[in-house]
Amino acid sequence: MTTTTSTVTRADYCVVACAEAWRGDGEILASPMGTVPMIGARLARLTFAPDLLLTDGEALLVADVTAVDARPQLVEGWLPYRHHLELVTTGRRHVMMGASQIDRYGNQNISCIGDWAQPARQLLGVRGAPVNSSNNPTSYFVPRHSARVFVERVDMVCGVGFDRAVGPFHGLRRVVSDLGVFDFDTPDHSMRLASVHPGVTVEQVVAATGFPLVMADEVPFTRDPTAEELQLIREVIDPKGRRLREVLG
Amino acid sequence: MTPEEVVGRLRSGMTVGIGGWGSRRKPMALVRALLRSEVTDLTVVSYGGADVGLLAAAGRIRKLVTAFVTLDSIPLEPHYRAARERGAFELVELDEAMLMWGLTAAVHRLPFLPVRAGLGSDVMRVNPQLRTVRSPYEDGEEFAAVPGLRLDAALVHLNRADRFGNAQYLGPDPYFDDLYCQAADEAYVSCEQIVETEQLAKAGSPQTLLIKRPFVTGVVQAPNGAHFTSCAPDYDRDEAFQRHYAAAAADPDAWAAFRERFLAGDEHAYQSAVTAWREEQS
Repeated sequence: MTTTTSTVTRADYCVVACAEAWRGDGEILASPMGTVPMIGARLARLTFAPDLLLTDGEALLVADVTAVDARPQLVEGWLPYRHHLELVTTGRRHVMMGASQIDRYGNQNISCIGDWAQPARQLLGVRGAPVNSSNNPTSYFVPRHSARVFVERVDMVCGVGFDRAVGPFHGLRRVVSDLGVFDFDTPDHSMRLASVHPGVTVEQVVAATGFPLVMADEVPFTRDPTAEELQLIREVIDPKGRRLREVLG
Repeated sequence: MTPEEVVGRLRSGMTVGIGGWGSRRKPMALVRALLRSEVTDLTVVSYGGADVGLLAAAGRIRKLVTAFVTLDSIPLEPHYRAARERGAFELVELDEAMLMWGLTAAVHRLPFLPVRAGLGSDVMRVNPQLRTVRSPYEDGEEFAAVPGLRLDAALVHLNRADRFGNAQYLGPDPYFDDLYCQAADEAYVSCEQIVETEQLAKAGSPQTLLIKRPFVTGVVQAPNGAHFTSCAPDYDRDEAFQRHYAAAAADPDAWAAFRERFLAGDEHAYQSAVTAWREEQS
């Protein structure tokens, strides 16, 4: 192991795993929610997915890739909320959302915890999760993997999972957490542990997950960032280390 | 008009749409005037922010139609959260696109629009009044039939307007303010500045002229009237004041003091109290 890779943090692995979600997507909008997915989308754009479209997080499509805490300057398009919602229905977008709860078929909840009529904890609301998951590729990022997030049954289905999918354009891609990468490449589309991040054991993932995961006998490790990717993450996209506040370890 | 005159046109039990998005370009001067009135029992339609939080805290909402309530830089609106956790009002929780298509249906005077969103999600479970519709063509696909969200009144805030109701946004996003106005029987536009009609075309390109006068009942000049939400490019969100608001909302005594200091008087008193507060902070 080289000196460089020995200092790769868990957050760096999460960034690379998030970036990989957009590999091969072509000329579509990458819509990342959260700091690590945002760094991941920019990393993908600067390396293996140069055709991706990115936004400034508000109404502009931006052509330059700056640090996550800097304001991009080079505008290539206008994408106010009404156009963004239309773009979703064209399918030319791959969103990576957060999830307060997610189940084995990829049903996701960001609305509330407990009984919807009078919740124990009110969260954001369904937001665009139903329209996203019915129209364009959807992935999720969970910075703190626990059995309270990876649950047997979510309290409110916002993003639609494979067992409840309706219509021709549903398609979940992957879930990235601080412990590993998960996909739905199984006969019944139940969640599979695709890789664990180096430093994490399969037993750790199983113990932190509230439902049985599909997995191979030998679960691979999430790939290492290349030297170029590490340099881009550290010096160009996230020089202030904001990713280290979202993912510890 | 004044904010008081606008609110004087509203009645308890009305369905009121509020423009803006989250903690951005909310017609806060009109919301503050609403708080000073006796108008209550409202059905509110909003991509919610502090507008919903303040009305919920004051017990003015009977039913809320929304996809989220957030302060953006503070993800969870504290008054909304508390109101929901005590079951304070009825909620129609729709997806963001469903809300947009509901307003669009109302603009087009349609009873509903078919949407490829909602089916499979619990939006259909928690809103049992929602129906589905099947394509009459060969595909036969089933869709959610989003009902038209016709409004008794709409409240929006823009950067500029003339006295006839032509209104202009100068920021990057129109949000859905034109839809709110066209979906409403009466629409009230507050703005940073009322200008002569000829000034509108000088301030921005024709595409910035978002709202047309046939859809506007009254115009209010309310400088800083979106405070503490953003009204780009005139001003950004007042993050410090928003933090003060959210902190006060978490504690009954602090909230009583906030109300007394900022919400007891008219809009002019509010703006003066904010200026004084900012001077204390610096």
